[in-house]
Amino acid sequence: MVNLKVDFNGLKLKNPVLTASGTFGYGEEFADFIDLNSLGGFIVKGTTLLPREGNNYPRMAETPSGMLNAVGLQNKGVNYFCEVIYPRIQHYSTAVIVNLSGSQISDYVQAAEMLNGLEHVPAIELNISCPNVKEGGMAFGTSCASAAAVVNEVRKVYKKHLMVKLSPNVTNIAEIARSVEAEGADSISLINTLLGMAIDVNTRRPKLSTITGGLSGPAVKPVAVRMVWQVFNAVNIPVCGLGGIMNAADAIEFMLAGATCVQVGTANFIDPMVSVKIVEGISEYCEKYGVKRVSELVGALQVN
Amino acid sequence: MKKYVHDLIVYDKQVLNDEYFLLELTYSEPLPDMLPAQFVEVLVENAPGVFLRRPISIHDVDYEKNTLKLLIQIVGEGTRRLSLLQTGDTVNLVYPLGNTFSMPEKPGILLVGGGCGMAPLLYTARYFRDFGFEPQILIGARSKRGLLLRDEYRKYGELLTCTEDGSHGTKGYVTDHPVFTSGKIDVIYACGPTPMLKAVGNWALTSNVHCEVSLENLMACGIGACLCCVQKTIAGNKTVCQEGPVFNIKEIVW
Repeated sequence: MVNLKVDFNGLKLKNPVLTASGTFGYGEEFADFIDLNSLGGFIVKGTTLLPREGNNYPRMAETPSGMLNAVGLQNKGVNYFCEVIYPRIQHYSTAVIVNLSGSQISDYVQAAEMLNGLEHVPAIELNISCPNVKEGGMAFGTSCASAAAVVNEVRKVYKKHLMVKLSPNVTNIAEIARSVEAEGADSISLINTLLGMAIDVNTRRPKLSTITGGLSGPAVKPVAVRMVWQVFNAVNIPVCGLGGIMNAADAIEFMLAGATCVQVGTANFIDPMVSVKIVEGISEYCEKYGVKRVSELVGALQVN
Repeated sequence: MKKYVHDLIVYDKQVLNDEYFLLELTYSEPLPDMLPAQFVEVLVENAPGVFLRRPISIHDVDYEKNTLKLLIQIVGEGTRRLSLLQTGDTVNLVYPLGNTFSMPEKPGILLVGGGCGMAPLLYTARYFRDFGFEPQILIGARSKRGLLLRDEYRKYGELLTCTEDGSHGTKGYVTDHPVFTSGKIDVIYACGPTPMLKAVGNWALTSNVHCEVSLENLMACGIGACLCCVQKTIAGNKTVCQEGPVFNIKEIVW
């Protein structure tokens, strides 16, 4: 019997598989297909202080081995989450994590204070990496100073597990990771989507209303694995890896590169049961290779 | 309604012309309940350029035979790959997805379909017929060859046609058809390209006729999780996959 439990810097997960924000709604959308309690956790849709309508349609374009999206953080705001969504999902016996985004530091702080009061939300994922909003979002995550500033302020009010989601759209991911670690982040998740673009050659128009958008899916996986490995080697806090995970082998690849846990994102659109299949697949892998505890895989990459 | 992921089996495939084909699928257990205008998300395998599932509306359901029909237009690599499926092959579906048309309250039902938008109207007509209604079904296409399966539609209502080139039925767009001046329309249910839906919707709004349209926005997940397929409405952006595909024309902000 493989021990799938992981201790993610104090956040106890029953297994290393979470689902990524923006690909899993509020979890409920998948309840017909899987038992949510069999996941390590799920990260709900990007939430902001005030409601957001998001970007105009079209917001999505299929690309080779992936997709571009430009949803733009459509959500009903943190109040709505606390009052309407939270009562519906708080009973799940898995880590329910809220992804929090903002356009100014005070937005993050106010919303984080409210989320700090939710008993059954043990962690937030601070999104300083959304490429699809005009102000804030990725702007915070692409310089060390602004990343540090937002983490510093949120850390003052958020007392539980603070995970910070980094943008891959930077020249030196390790520096950004170190700067958020220095401000008290409990963990780091990466990568958010890669900034991309697609053009309809028949109409000569962009395929997204916002012209550029975030690329996800297997197309980004090698970039994500590389960045997880770089961050793992740069910081002492644990890493949650994501980017194009489609199956258990992909998830294990991230763990070997240094991820303590992983998030399954775009794959949920192709197979709504994939997250649970990945939990099972990791267990089978461990049995096959005589791995007693899944945490033994973390950073177990052999380079010699 | 509960949603499922099932491996269905191709029971029959009928090539209608070089653009359209009909897939009839069956399942090892009784098929779940499905409603008019609902759709399925089909997994396309062995197509390197295809990443996402393809949303396809439910064309017909035969519970006695335990089959589900999909009328599919070949528009790209995904649908082309699906057109190569053979009897006995397996197809993975997430279904049934989306909402449905409201039940009519008055007898004057007009179903309007343009191009591949005719697909969901067969099951819609059959469904309403089972409730004792006698719908009129108006189908528009560029030419006669796009007016598919006419005898099937005639089983469940009076079939009206129009073509842009005049090769069958009324010449012109669906809104040029005389049914719109018959004074007998109480409710319209429409599916097709956006310009057609706008024209039919505008007629309904000015004529004070209840009108519901089924939209076909680009989508990824199909289950309301990704928010990619949204339609602007008077109540904000709504997901076509989960809160739609059917919307009252009065809700939509084009």
